[in-house]
Formats: sequence, C-alpha cells, structure tokens
Amino acid sequence: MSKPSQENWYAKLIDIALPIFATLAALIVGAVMLLLLNVNPIEAYAALWEGAFGSQNALAETLVKATPLLLVGLGICISFRGDVINIGGEGQMIVGAIIGTQVGLRMVDSPGWLVVPLALLAGFAGGALWGGIPGLLKAYFNVNEILSTVMMNAIAVQLMTFLLRGPMIDPAQAELASKIPQTARLMENFRLPRWIPTRLHLGALIAVVLAVLVYILLWRTTWGYRIRSVGQNPDASAYAGIQVKNYIVLALVLSGAFAGLAGVMQVYGVNYRMITDGSGSGFTGRAGFNGIVAALFGQLHPLGTIPASILFGALLVGANKMQRVVQVPSALVIALNGLVVVFVVSSEIWRRKRQRRRLAAEMALQEGAPGESDGSEAAHYGGEVD
Amino acid sequence: MNEAMIVSLLTITIRAGVSLLYATLGEIFTERSGILNLGVEGIMMTGAATAFAVAFHSDSAWLGLGVAMLVGAMMSFTHAFLTITLRADQVVTGLALTLFGTGLASFMGQRLGPGGETMVGLQGPVFPRIPIPVLEDIPILGPSMFNQDVLAYALYLLLPLMWFYLRKTQPGLHLRAVGDNPAAADVLGVPVKLSRYLYTIFGGCLMGVAGAHLSMAYLQGWAQNITGGRGWIAIALVIFATWDPLRAAVGALLFGGINALQFRLQAAGTTIPSSFLNMMPYFFTILVLVLITWGEAVRKRLGAPAALGIPYIREEKH
Repeated sequence: MSKPSQENWYAKLIDIALPIFATLAALIVGAVMLLLLNVNPIEAYAALWEGAFGSQNALAETLVKATPLLLVGLGICISFRGDVINIGGEGQMIVGAIIGTQVGLRMVDSPGWLVVPLALLAGFAGGALWGGIPGLLKAYFNVNEILSTVMMNAIAVQLMTFLLRGPMIDPAQAELASKIPQTARLMENFRLPRWIPTRLHLGALIAVVLAVLVYILLWRTTWGYRIRSVGQNPDASAYAGIQVKNYIVLALVLSGAFAGLAGVMQVYGVNYRMITDGSGSGFTGRAGFNGIVAALFGQLHPLGTIPASILFGALLVGANKMQRVVQVPSALVIALNGLVVVFVVSSEIWRRKRQRRRLAAEMALQEGAPGESDGSEAAHYGGEVD
Repeated sequence: MNEAMIVSLLTITIRAGVSLLYATLGEIFTERSGILNLGVEGIMMTGAATAFAVAFHSDSAWLGLGVAMLVGAMMSFTHAFLTITLRADQVVTGLALTLFGTGLASFMGQRLGPGGETMVGLQGPVFPRIPIPVLEDIPILGPSMFNQDVLAYALYLLLPLMWFYLRKTQPGLHLRAVGDNPAAADVLGVPVKLSRYLYTIFGGCLMGVAGAHLSMAYLQGWAQNITGGRGWIAIALVIFATWDPLRAAVGALLFGGINALQFRLQAAGTTIPSSFLNMMPYFFTILVLVLITWGEAVRKRLGAPAALGIPYIREEKH
C-alpha cells in the first residue's frame, strides 16, 4: 500500500489504543462496583497491581498464568481466522494433559531429554485429537462446532475424573481413605527447567517462539492462507479449488493441538502431576476459556495475543491478591474479567467502523489505480499489526 | 418391567424434562428473533441460586420464582443491550454471560445461606407435586403426567399456546420475519430492534424459570454446579427441535428420559462408573446433532432463522 499519510498513522495509533481505553473503562465500572461493596477502589487496584507486577515473583507468576492463555490463544487465532469457533479449549487441555502425563508416568527409566519433548508432543497430539473430532463433525456432518466443542469439554472433564479416581490415581492416594484424585508426581528430571527462585518455566519461552511460528504459518504459508481464505469466504474458496472441508478440520486440529500443549505444559511446568477437583477448572484454571478472550483481545493476531495474555495473566494473579488484601468476593473478580471482555469486544465495533471509513477514503484517492486487494482483508479483521 | 416402574420412570422423565423445556423454549424465542444467547447455562444457574435463596429467606416459593424470572430478564437484557445496541459479538457476549452467571451463582451458593454461610444441604420451600383429581386415574399416564408440580402443569398449557403464537398469529409471523429477514420486516414496519429486545428478555425469563424449577422442584435444594450442563443441552435441543416448540417438547422428554435412566441405573447399583453416566447427556447431544444434520435434505428442512447471530443495521442514509 502507498506510504501511510500522517493522518493514517495517527488513526492506526488510536486503533491500537482503543482496547486499552476499553480496559480502563471496565476498571472504572469495576470501581463503582467496589464502592458499592464498601471497598476503597484505589486500595483494591493498588493491591491488584502489586500482586501482578509488584515484585520479581509477582511478575513471574503473571507470566506463568499468561503461558497457557497464550498457547490456547494461538490456537484460537488459527481457528477463528478460519471462521471456526472453538470453545473446546478446556477439554483439549485436559486430553492433552492426560496423554502427556501418561508418557511421563510410563517411561520412568528413560532420560529427561527424551521424555519431556515426547510428552509435549503427546499433549499436542492429544489436543489435536480432541479438536479434530468436532472438526470432522463440522466438516462432514455440519454439526455446529460451538456446541460440539462445549460437549467435548464436558466429556473430557468426566473422562479426567474417571481416570484420576481410577486407573491413573497416585498409588499412594489409592491406599489412603481420602483418595485425592491426582496422579503420581513426575520424576524430577522430567520437569521443565525453572528460573529459580520463581515458578517461571521454559514453557513461557516456548509459547512466545510458537507465537512467531503461528504468525508465519498464518501469513507466510499456503496452509495459513487457505485457512484464512476459507474463513472469509468458503464459497469463493471452494470455487478457487480449496478443499474447504479439509481446512475446517485442519483449523480445529491445530487449534486443539495448541490447547493440548497448554494442558501438558501445566503438568510438566507448574504442578508436576495431574490433579482435579472434579469441576475441570482444577488444573486448567479456565485457561481454555480465558485464552479465547486473550486472543480476541489481541485482535486474533498471534503477536497481539502475547501482550493480551500477559494482561489477563496479570488480572488473574492480581485479582487473587486483591481478594486477600481488601476481602472482595472472587465472583467480583470474575465479573471484572467479564466486564473487560465485554468492553473490549464492544470497542471493536467503533474500530471496524473507523477502518471502513478510512479504507473508503483511500479507495477514493486511488481511483483507477490497480486494485489493492489486501485492503478488504484488513477491513474484515481490522487487525493487521504488521 | 412392571407398571409401577414404568410410572416412576415416566414421572422422572417429565420432571427432568420440565426445566430443560423451559430453557429450550426461552432459547427458541430468542433465536427466532435472530439473537443467539449462549448464556443459558449462566442464566439458569443464577436463576436457580436466586430462586432458592429468596424462597428460603422469605419462605415463599412463588417469590423465589418471581425473582428468578426477574434475574433472567435482567441478564438477558444485558445480552440484548450489548449485542443489539452495541452490536457486540453474540458468541463472546453469551459466553461471558455464562462465565459471569456461573461465577455469581456459586458465590451466592457459598454466601447466601443463613448467617452468610453455604446454601448446600438446606431445606427450602418447594413446589410440591399436586395430583389432579380424575385425570390421575388414567392408567400409567395419570399418575405420571398428572401428579406433577405447578410449573409442569403451566408448561402443559404454555406449550400449545407458544406453538400457536409462533405459527398461527400475526405477532408470531412478525417474530419469525425479524429473525429471517430483518430488512424486510423493517420495511413492513415491524420494529426489529425492539422485537429482538423483547423476545430476548422474554427468553431470559423462561431460562430463569428453568433454574427455579431445578432448585425448587426437581432437585429441591442448592448444589454446586446444579445445572450440570443443562443449559448447553437446551441450546442443542433448539437445533434438534428445529426452532419448533412442539418438537422441543419431544427432545426435552428424550433427554429427561436419559436422565431418568441414569437415576435408575445408579439406584440399581450398576458397575458402570458414574463418570460415564454423567457423560451420557453430552454424548447423546452430539449424537443427536449428527443424526439431525446428516444429509442435505434434512439440513434444508431445518429452517434456522436466516439472520441468526447477525446484528441488524439499517441501511444508512446518504
């Protein structure tokens, strides 16, 4: 496209700033809610900030929480770009973790350099499997993927409960009366390296590298181009000879795979065992859902999802601290997260409107010039950060 | 299987089906107007929690029901405002509503018992089963169909009315037009946005009733995760029912039956682990979705509202 004029550059800056304003607006509404609960909002938000960024340890915790959000979010970038709404991150995380944990529990005599990569790959594959089923159902039976992925979540939770209470239970727990549903601990040499003294593990770095790879996949490879093309106009894509069904399945397989990796990484990087409280949110920390939000916040761009994940990781960690310091109920924290989502999503509308107007102006300027077809894509997602 | 067993199985089937059907009908009316509300699970759970809490403290089941309807209306109003006026993404907003609702409900469950304690295990006012004289003497159907609670009887009356409204009346026609072709409806003078608001809110009320039925009639108490995925099943049932109230009733009974069977198997001391029994509703939902969407002919007949999930923007004047 021609050199951006000064006005254009300025407009782009506003676009980038809009989610930040939306977050601030949500925090202001949250402050009103805090006031209603007789809590000093400044004190509460100070605790939130302190908890998220206040010390080396706090920052590390934020990144630990951000890692699964980023991984799930990367998968979401792929599937949503393909117009496939994957709500099954939770289930895909669980199945990825189950299969990955099996590797570590069975290969106890093997060296760590072999087991850990193998386990991560197994988790990747497990998530791919759990995402692939709704993908096949959508492509070949036209089953709505929103519903099937939600159902697959519930099935995965029950599967996990069954396995952790039965076949996979820690032999030590099996003998006790309490029977806590958890697996045995992983061997020490199977654990992802940590940045001592914090809990920050290698997974965070892997996730960032993968974000770059997903960016390349989506915008620099044929696969990625076709996934996006199917997402924007399946009919035109089919007419152009793209096997639309295959790419719907591929989008869900890849999306699930990243969630599966997020799941297995929680086991090998954070908990060192699989554990559940029966609700499914025991070990995933709802990252399967929150990752969707992070990706949307990052405008479905893999690189944009990095800061978005950190923001939500910070909100989660900081909220814990806020809850302890000013004694607000956890439900308020959940509500606050919901508010941020809603405000950001609403701000999208203005952004798209502005973008359309700008493009229309540009088109008018370039009348007669050879068509710049990339423009329509930018208008659709409005998220071209590069 | 003897008669008593059939009667008890049918009774549980209907009891389990009632709350599912209320939620499904709510979602049918919402979706018919073109709005996809994925917040059903959250609204139902919040409805169940508020209904039980209010009923427990006021000692009035009816007041609990009323508040649950109000809460359902408020939550779906939020959804309507965000998706209709602000044109936010319907999927995201609905999911956020479910996240918010389930969080809020479990918070209330922990705190709204006597003295700010938990509500788990409390005995509150319920909607008792009232046998209807004469009708209950019909063999098999009598003791199962006509020995239910008030909310079930209300449903027997509401169901044909809703079907009639949707299929045979002018407002019903307008409702379907708003969901199928909002631009045409607008030209005809049907207020598109107002209709969408009203039906979304009405749908939310019914979802609130569904929650109230869970905590005050079916399960008669509060438990964490009381809805257990019923909200999602309701959304699946809407598709199963092809947006038709009568077929929704068939679907709700089918799932109610699965539920009843699950109870029976558990009571009979089966060796199947409970996890697998708990999986059944979700598994069958997927199965149902596969079966009904199998084949082009069926798909064409489905008749989803054409403008479902698409915000309506009136062509801007130049």
